[in-house]
Amino acid sequence: MTTEIPQAHKFYGLMPAVKFLRTSNLVKGFGSKEVLKGVDLALNEGGTTAIVGPSGSGKTTLLRLIAGFETPDAGTIELNNRMVAGDAWVPAHRREIGYVAQDGALFPHLTVAQNIGFGLDHAWNPVGRAANAKRVAELLDMVSLESAMGERRPHELSGGQQQRVALARALARKPKLMLLDEPFSALDAGLRVATRKAVADVLHAAEITTILVTHDQAEALSFADQVAVMRGGTLAQTGTPFSVYTRPADLDTAEFLGDAVMLDALLQGSLATCSLGGIPVRHATIQGRVRLMLRPEQIRITADGPIRGTVVDTVFFGPETTVRIKLLPVPGLDGGGEIITIRHWNASMARPGMELNLRVIGEGVAFAAE
Amino acid sequence: MAGKGGRPGPPSGATTLVILATLIAAFSLVPLGYVAFMTLTTGWDTVMELVFRPRVGELLLNTILLVVVTLPLCLVLGVGGAWLVERTDLRGHRWWALALAAPLAIPAFVNSYAWASTIPSLAGLGAGTLIATLSYFPLIYIPVAATLGRLDPAIEQSAASLGLGPWAVFFRVVLPQLRIAMAGGSLLVALHLLSEYGAFAMIRFDTFTTAIMIQFQSTFNGAAGNMLASVLVLLCLLLLVSEAKIRGNARYSRVGSGAQGLAIRMRLGRHEIGAQSLLVAVLVLSVCVPLYSVVRWLIAGGIAIWDPTEFFPALAQTMGYGLTGALVTCVVAFPMAFLAVRHANWFSKLLELSNYITSSMPGIVVGLAFVTVAIRLVPGIYQSAYVLLAAYVLLFLPRALVNLRAGLSQAPRELEEAARSLGRSPAVAFFRVTLRLCAPAAAGGAALVFLAIVNELTATLLLAPNGTRTLATAFWAKSSEIDYAGAAPYALLMILISIPMTYVLFQQSKKAAGQ
Repeated sequence: MTTEIPQAHKFYGLMPAVKFLRTSNLVKGFGSKEVLKGVDLALNEGGTTAIVGPSGSGKTTLLRLIAGFETPDAGTIELNNRMVAGDAWVPAHRREIGYVAQDGALFPHLTVAQNIGFGLDHAWNPVGRAANAKRVAELLDMVSLESAMGERRPHELSGGQQQRVALARALARKPKLMLLDEPFSALDAGLRVATRKAVADVLHAAEITTILVTHDQAEALSFADQVAVMRGGTLAQTGTPFSVYTRPADLDTAEFLGDAVMLDALLQGSLATCSLGGIPVRHATIQGRVRLMLRPEQIRITADGPIRGTVVDTVFFGPETTVRIKLLPVPGLDGGGEIITIRHWNASMARPGMELNLRVIGEGVAFAAE
Repeated sequence: MAGKGGRPGPPSGATTLVILATLIAAFSLVPLGYVAFMTLTTGWDTVMELVFRPRVGELLLNTILLVVVTLPLCLVLGVGGAWLVERTDLRGHRWWALALAAPLAIPAFVNSYAWASTIPSLAGLGAGTLIATLSYFPLIYIPVAATLGRLDPAIEQSAASLGLGPWAVFFRVVLPQLRIAMAGGSLLVALHLLSEYGAFAMIRFDTFTTAIMIQFQSTFNGAAGNMLASVLVLLCLLLLVSEAKIRGNARYSRVGSGAQGLAIRMRLGRHEIGAQSLLVAVLVLSVCVPLYSVVRWLIAGGIAIWDPTEFFPALAQTMGYGLTGALVTCVVAFPMAFLAVRHANWFSKLLELSNYITSSMPGIVVGLAFVTVAIRLVPGIYQSAYVLLAAYVLLFLPRALVNLRAGLSQAPRELEEAARSLGRSPAVAFFRVTLRLCAPAAAGGAALVFLAIVNELTATLLLAPNGTRTLATAFWAKSSEIDYAGAAPYALLMILISIPMTYVLFQQSKKAAGQ
């Protein structure tokens, strides 16, 4: 495990002190509606941050403020050691950002090559058209599109191709910061995963600091090395994908980031007793009656498991089956005997009424009981 | 927490636009303001005396009768024609679809000239109804046909599956969906009936508009003419309000685009001959008679009527007014269109409404207002081209506005933002993306305004500087002197210029209906 040590900050949130982007107490409202209520976000150079939250949580507004498309009502934004909003104002076209919108926002009156070259011909045009064309070809190649595509019009491309062109266009001027506003959400499921992987690879290879806004928690967790969970105009939690998923700061975050098994438990020291037996809890800040959260994949069906339960019903999804299990009550806990939902790969393992043995892997997270 | 004021930020272009659009809207209220001002300052007793007299009653009766008789005829021709073309297996229905829009290419006063010069005894309500119906029924036909073609056939199929026969489906399901198109088309027809001067003057049928013109020509700016204008404005406002009531909340709703070409066509069978004969009759009366008449006078006049010293100056002046007016109208419409698309709120709706009302006012009221306001406030520009151009802008602004709005909605804000994120300043992004993308639509709007100016008669008669002869006024001067042959070349040219406009309008209404 020694090779993991340099990566330790990824798992425990130990970030270097100098930040590439820092927003302080950002406030923004539209009319009487306050959309951002004081957002403090910081990110490192070269990293990938996902801002994830339900619709209406303010994540797109935050991105638009960082891009310079909107002005904050209060608070400041510092980008690359320069104040860009707040006590000073740097307009969008001087922020050295790349921006990819939800539908790509390709210019319909230009070809693919002209779209990609749109930002090139002043700052990046030292030797004229030839250099321009070469750069466009390079960028097409970078996003895995054939050079013949350059002559096409945006409407002749598939959704995934449009997003790749939009990315190539945004990369053309070698931006310091790439802003992605739900760029994959308009694509269908299969294309989404492939396009996401392609985009992530390109950005990683170019070592460009990236912010991705998404409402899809799986996308956020898989794409980024820092996840900022947004809710009601504030950041509820910021951390590595692993830490926010396994140790969410509150119940809402826990449930937003994935399926959760919630049980009443009695927490004494670092051991919580519940229908699933004694479960270790680290960093416990409270004691006594708590709500204990586990992820469904932490609960395994094994022949030698110490906990017994009865199968209520099952739903078959193909690669996995969700199994609802009624646990046996635990003496001394009135909330015991709950029905929990777990996942299992083998559909034939569980039939309603069947008794199963269960084992819990890893730790739980304790929240104050309601 | 720091307030927004005093914080550094981008310059707000929206404020400038709001100020510009407000100025334009305020300017567009000049005609209405004039009428209101005149009515209020005339004094109540004089108003009562001028409004409640037999002559006004007679005009009111004439005008109302004209509307009451013409409108149902236009509805029957318009809806019936649209149904035959869009919903039956009528032979050549594609050809008929365009042919039924063709009468729009013949300006009403040219149509009237053609009929009056062929049958000199034509006069009065009957003649007015005949000419108005033949000239204006396409205003109902075009939107109704466009809507019929777009209706989701699944709705009619559902009705049929619920046990309704074909006629019941048409009256209970199809017709109600045509309500908005019928109401909008009827409003246009009624407004045209109220504001048309040339067509009715030619056949000596008195309406408010012709009476105002006579008053203006005899007393220039008398209280009597102004009061007639007030009543006319009231009638127009009444029409606008009734149309808004009929439309109800449906006005802003958009039905999703239905499947194309899947509409069920009814078999005409043995009724085919009857249907074809009816359509041929309509086409003969509305297009062939006027064309025949124009051609007849052209032949009768021979080479002598093509006097280059009269013809070319008229053409040049018409082109000059048309092109300048089209350009100015588009420029003036832009702030309003931009606000309506990018910053839609109650204020932008109010601005649009004020303009919509003004453009519904008859050309004669706008002309009268500008004559008076120019003489009283800025005598220097009275009888100059500026006043006439200003009137054109007010009368035809909605044509440019509709097109610019459609064009701007093709250029969403995101594209401009994408350009800014690519290092382009807001101004460059605006010019290279937004303006570029709405250029085709702006050109379409400009073309419609241009063609409307070419055929404008009433306001031009009132406001044109001394010595100005446009195609329309030259035509009018000749035909007023019963020089029918001399008027024929101008009639021909106006028809030729109107053909593309008719085609553009026809295509646009299909697009607007989502086809």
